[in-house]
Amino acid sequence: MNIHEYQAKQLFSDYKIPVPTGYMATNTDEAKQHAQNLGGDAWMVKAQVHAGGRGKAGGVKKADSLETIANITNDLIGTSLITHQTGANGQPINRVLVEKVTAIANELYLSLLVDRATTRVAIIASLAGGMDIEQVAATTPEQIINITIDPIVGIQAYQCRAIAFALKLDAEQRKQLTVMLYNLYRLFTEKDLSLVEINPLVITQQGDLLALDAKISVEDNALYRHKELANLYDSSQEDAKEHKARQFDLNYIALDGDIACMVNGAGLAMATMDVIKMHDGEPANFLDVGGGTTADKVAEACKIILSDSKVKSILVNIFGGIVRCDLIAAGVIKAVQETGTTLPIIIRLEGTHVNEGKEMLAQSGLAIITADNLDDGAKKAVLAAKG
Amino acid sequence: MSILVDTNTKVICQGFTGKQGTFHSEQCIAYGTKMVGGVTPGRGGQTHLGLPVFNTVQDAVITTGATATMIYVPAAFAADAILEAAAGGIKIIVCITEGIPVLDMLKVKTVLNNYPDVYLIGPNCPGIITPDNCKLGIMPGIIHKRGTIGIVSRSGTLTYEAVAQTTKIGLGQSTCIGIGGDPIHGMSFIDCLKLFQADPQTEGIVMVGEIGGTSEESAAEYIKASVTKPVVAYIAGVTAPKGKRMGHAGAIISGGKGTAQDKFNALETAGVKLARNPTEIGKCILDCF
Repeated sequence: MNIHEYQAKQLFSDYKIPVPTGYMATNTDEAKQHAQNLGGDAWMVKAQVHAGGRGKAGGVKKADSLETIANITNDLIGTSLITHQTGANGQPINRVLVEKVTAIANELYLSLLVDRATTRVAIIASLAGGMDIEQVAATTPEQIINITIDPIVGIQAYQCRAIAFALKLDAEQRKQLTVMLYNLYRLFTEKDLSLVEINPLVITQQGDLLALDAKISVEDNALYRHKELANLYDSSQEDAKEHKARQFDLNYIALDGDIACMVNGAGLAMATMDVIKMHDGEPANFLDVGGGTTADKVAEACKIILSDSKVKSILVNIFGGIVRCDLIAAGVIKAVQETGTTLPIIIRLEGTHVNEGKEMLAQSGLAIITADNLDDGAKKAVLAAKG
Repeated sequence: MSILVDTNTKVICQGFTGKQGTFHSEQCIAYGTKMVGGVTPGRGGQTHLGLPVFNTVQDAVITTGATATMIYVPAAFAADAILEAAAGGIKIIVCITEGIPVLDMLKVKTVLNNYPDVYLIGPNCPGIITPDNCKLGIMPGIIHKRGTIGIVSRSGTLTYEAVAQTTKIGLGQSTCIGIGGDPIHGMSFIDCLKLFQADPQTEGIVMVGEIGGTSEESAAEYIKASVTKPVVAYIAGVTAPKGKRMGHAGAIISGGKGTAQDKFNALETAGVKLARNPTEIGKCILDCF
């Protein structure tokens, strides 16, 4: 789960990680008030959306008067910001962050994440701050510093020193970085984060380290033990269908095609999309109904995929293990009857209670097309979508 | 022969008296798995499904001689259950539970380094089955057939696809292992490939991977160097979008590796036969003989 920059910076402050002074505003009056409280004669106004690349997309602007603050805030709030990390429709801007302008001497990159290859938390740092870090990693990997942390003993001073020397910091800054890394690691582990990224981490003209930006992702599986973070969930930043799916504990991702899919298991769901593409079709979504599903949940899942107006056919692909095929059939029948959809539905059932499931579909009187296997099902779904 | 589990494997269940533990223990017993008891703290001394319930894994191991466990406890307590199993003397730990916090698993992995003879399968996996001998997990037993193909997979239901196809063509399976879909998990592809290569019953191997991480690339290197049996691989997620990410950090650590194409290239270089369509896994493995 992603949180906004102003929320991430609040967490940074709680953990004594230095950030620019700033306040969140939801309208022009609040923005002007914050600027007055901050003092000075120039401020940054930053659009709060769950996406990177905001600067290039016009979501971060400098204001040198209260009037410009108001104009910028007015221009941003209520619109959507389209960056290279958002979809074509962008992400809605409901809030801005108003900050003091920082005089920057140098920009660095710093992040913490879970590295699956070493099964440890890794710290990534680079002198190439403020840039597209993927580009840096691809073209000049020697500029990337990567250190992994033993979860039993936690971060060590020598590791902080190694990063500080690689970042060419002076003695005072090395001390600051060590404290910052200890606090970041504590934040990361105490709050069960999956990503903290500071790009850029700046050295101010006074020579101090400051987190100019802050991105935080919280690990979904651990939200149950961090209610205060779960409350930061912002449904406005999610696709409406994905938000609905989340409420029913369904794993759903909206895509651009016209063939809806409902599958059990993430791997099989990806495979289903692949085979649809192989037959020149375009999947409208990824949907894993999961293991512990019920007929009601299947019906909700059906309704969510049917609410996508682009959809022209539906492929249900189930290999029942824990999930029983008769339960899937009951859910599909319920959804079709409740929504009254006339779209072609192709169903491939295999595994636990497959005969009961097929029997229920046959007796439902619905115009459901059955398929022998995944390949057959995908072919039929593509054909049906072409109508 | 087979790998890791057979008719003699004595199995306990952690989370034995819960809904999931009860249902799947019943299924495993019906399949013929030699279940010897279960663990539910506070219910030691009781009998469940005709088997003794113990308060701790250690009690169960001392009394029954169990060497394998399957874990169905809720995600919040699963890391603790894995560590208790290892400390209690269990050698094969199958963790079915999904949704375990990643940072819990980092600690588990680090502690398990102290137990070099313990195998952890999962979490978030269907488990392991040696057809007609021993089933530890949630897979439908009926689709399996005793045979010669070893199957290792990151995905539950895709494992079933591979199983059903190898059953249909008559080759059957020696042992099938679902290693789990979580980023941090126990046994790797390489651990399983090593055991399949050494197992006389296994004549061919099916490996089912997916996008993300670089474990398929590492497996390809291992196959090239150390596996002489035919290997068929399928990778799911060729067409999956990159997904909504907030940061870029995930892609840096692997140096841009981890796409389906990278995995195809690595596996093909290692002499692995690729099934581009998951419906053709069975046909591809049959072509190897």
